[in-house]
Amino acid sequence: MKPIAFTLNGVAKTLTVDEDRTLLWVLRDDLGMTGTKFGCGASFCGACTVLVDGKEVRTCVTPVSRVAGKKVVTVEGLAQGDKLSPVQEAFVEHVGYQCGYCTSGMVIGATALLNENPKPTRDQIVQGMERHLCRCAAHQRIVDAVESAAKKMAGGRK
Amino acid sequence: MKRLEEEMIVPEGWGFVETIDRRDFLRLTSTGLMVVFAVKPPEGTFRPVWNFAEQQRTPPDFNAFLHIGANGRVTLLVGKIEMGQGIITALPQIAAEELNVPLDMVDCVMGDTDLTPFDSGTFGSLSVRVLGPILRAAAAEARAVLVQMAAEKFGAKADDFDVKDGVVINKSDSSKRATYGELAGGKKIERRFEGKAALERVAEFTVVGKSAARRDGVEKVTGRAKYAGDIAPPEALHARIVRPPAHGATLTSIDTSAAEKRPGVRIVKTGDLVAVLHAHRDEADKALKLVKATFTPSPSTLSNDNLFAHLEEVAVDKRPFGAAGDLAAGEKAATQMISAKYTKGYVAHAPMETHSAVAAMGTDGRVTVWASTQTPFPLQTQVARALKLQPDKVRIITPYVGGGFGGKSAGAQAVEAALLAVAAGKPVRVTWSREEAFFYDTFDPAAVISIRAGVDASKHMVLWDNDIIGAGSRGADMFYDVPNHRTVTKGSWSGNTGAMHPFAVGPWRAPGANANVWARESAIDTLAAKAGMDPVEFRLLNLKNARMRRVLEACAKQFGWTPKPGPSKRGVGVVCGEDAGTYVATMAEVKVDAATGAIKVVRVVCAQDMGVVVNPEGAKQQMEGCIMMGLGYTLAEEVRFKDGEVLEKNFGGYTLPKFSWMPKIETVLVDSPDVPAQGGGEPAIVTMGGVIANAVFDATGARITQLPMTPARVKAAMTKK
Repeated sequence: MKPIAFTLNGVAKTLTVDEDRTLLWVLRDDLGMTGTKFGCGASFCGACTVLVDGKEVRTCVTPVSRVAGKKVVTVEGLAQGDKLSPVQEAFVEHVGYQCGYCTSGMVIGATALLNENPKPTRDQIVQGMERHLCRCAAHQRIVDAVESAAKKMAGGRK
Repeated sequence: MKRLEEEMIVPEGWGFVETIDRRDFLRLTSTGLMVVFAVKPPEGTFRPVWNFAEQQRTPPDFNAFLHIGANGRVTLLVGKIEMGQGIITALPQIAAEELNVPLDMVDCVMGDTDLTPFDSGTFGSLSVRVLGPILRAAAAEARAVLVQMAAEKFGAKADDFDVKDGVVINKSDSSKRATYGELAGGKKIERRFEGKAALERVAEFTVVGKSAARRDGVEKVTGRAKYAGDIAPPEALHARIVRPPAHGATLTSIDTSAAEKRPGVRIVKTGDLVAVLHAHRDEADKALKLVKATFTPSPSTLSNDNLFAHLEEVAVDKRPFGAAGDLAAGEKAATQMISAKYTKGYVAHAPMETHSAVAAMGTDGRVTVWASTQTPFPLQTQVARALKLQPDKVRIITPYVGGGFGGKSAGAQAVEAALLAVAAGKPVRVTWSREEAFFYDTFDPAAVISIRAGVDASKHMVLWDNDIIGAGSRGADMFYDVPNHRTVTKGSWSGNTGAMHPFAVGPWRAPGANANVWARESAIDTLAAKAGMDPVEFRLLNLKNARMRRVLEACAKQFGWTPKPGPSKRGVGVVCGEDAGTYVATMAEVKVDAATGAIKVVRVVCAQDMGVVVNPEGAKQQMEGCIMMGLGYTLAEEVRFKDGEVLEKNFGGYTLPKFSWMPKIETVLVDSPDVPAQGGGEPAIVTMGGVIANAVFDATGARITQLPMTPARVKAAMTKK
């Protein structure tokens, strides 16, 4: 077993684990980051999504070796202390959640989407979030939240 | 073990997940005011939707415990659970209203069998409807006690005092004042009473009826909210259980030797369970794949192809549900008749959180199970029975539940975790894989519904003959004016009535009503078209029920409905429904792709009379969820199965509603201050099958009589037309 080094929410981590361990379960079982959820185990639902170098990655099908040398951000790493990220704030404000189980993945997915495309149209948000499933069906409010976060972030950049 | 030093507060992440024990709880509540209110709801206000044999030996249902401590904080202790429906906000609103305290002074501890009073479960849209008035009564009692204490303290009469923001103030001398905390602190005051729920005083409400920000938002967007699968007691092991490939298949041989060779793996056998245990879930997954097991074939020969014929064959001895008048007279009076058969397959619950549980043995011989469950108290009995323990030796703690929709009324995973924890001598975590979640789901039952109906020359309905197989009777009440009607049913939406279904079926959001309302409203629409009438006008002509009429008119107004007999090619549809005491009308606009048969739902307008609305924003969230989730069973969701095997394994084959399906959703709450709060979690979903079917008929002239309305079925119906 070779040590695998990466940063997790800004903190350097070095793990000595089998390189084919699944990133989701390393995060949850080894590192106690339970905000990242198990939903389907086959990259269909998006509950397990994290940011790897700013892009969204489904951890349930990702071997831990794939993040060696990279920056991993989980839902726990988005807020600065008590200060929520603009996307988190917008999800709270627009109530883009019900049971909350898909929410970590939704928030991460929306963050990745806005990293890539800071001024998405509503259709682009729909397309960008399409592979995230929400059974409580809070879809309309999630899209509202992403739209509002984009506006807020654009305002902040001026 | 988190020790709470002073008052009961809800720690971060959830209630008592971390957790406090009974002794700590007793110490914390050893001072302050504790109100225990036990009540049986008056006859006729509650229709039982679940029948637990265990209920016989439990205390009266629908109790509320309410505690006020030295810091003035109010803690509600309720046996209900939070699965997204928002009662973690709505129930405190009700108490805050009655106690005159700010909402943020109220905490809510839920679904813990050690700390909260008995409750049969969170289902049936009952929490606000039935528990709400009881909480209000408990809060009113607490307020009266505290006002009386203030009066005694200042040597005045209780009538001389008012309460504002948790401070009891003398009306004529505001220097005579005491906070709830000052009055309750340092003493032990307990009030136990039974009685009637408090009366509504809607006009005076300041908290109830105003939208309150949900209290679970920050925890949920930061990942701090805890679910059962997030609980990891020291030394806990994940369990993956060896499963049969089909229902009815039994184990004939098993070889675990290859799995056992992997480091850290333990094999545990107990009763019928064989499980692979490992500290890491992914390692347990890998080891499970190395287990070689063989099974007998399933005796079941059922599949989607022969299902409906089978249901009709086994459905003998139908039970009467409702009847009036004389069907023969109705048939004689009818100048136009319709007859149709509606069929639907099994539908999965598919909450994003699969069934999960973590079980740990205490040193005191008690077992604690953190479970994703809608029914912590019945589950306590179920686990105790499996472990051959008295129920008080089992504690169920319910963290946030990641969606239930009825599917987490069943809790086999908690029993599995408990049995394996006892056998392994270590805490055990069971989180079903998505494949297991599909295999062991208690599906919404398949159904065959036949309707014969007729109108006379004046377009009034004179005949309604409704024969329901599989769906049960919920949603089949006849609220249109039909002098001659009869409804018979065979099979329930719950359990597995012998030879009817190849696997278990169970409550699925508004159980049975989705099928029954869809069938009824499709038939009503067919009658309207046959009579050459606009479907809204036809309904109003045959409808005296004032609440239903008002809701239908409110919906039509918001939608901008212009009368025209169907099919009008506009692709608009209407449905009326009643569920959980709430009246609901929905209208939709669809586009149908003539080439593929694919349906795109463009706009949905839903109006509800749900009585007094506690949290309007919360109620709207539930309506929106119902509408969007309802598109699933209407357009795509159908469990494929064959010979006992569930062919749905994951979301690759079984399609849930997606962002791109999203119509424009508009919701209307009809002001109804004279009706007590009714159910909100389910009513709107019952309208979705019917409203889309009717809109598709309006667009194409084709009547689809099978759910889901897949493109292939729509295409076939359009060709046949």
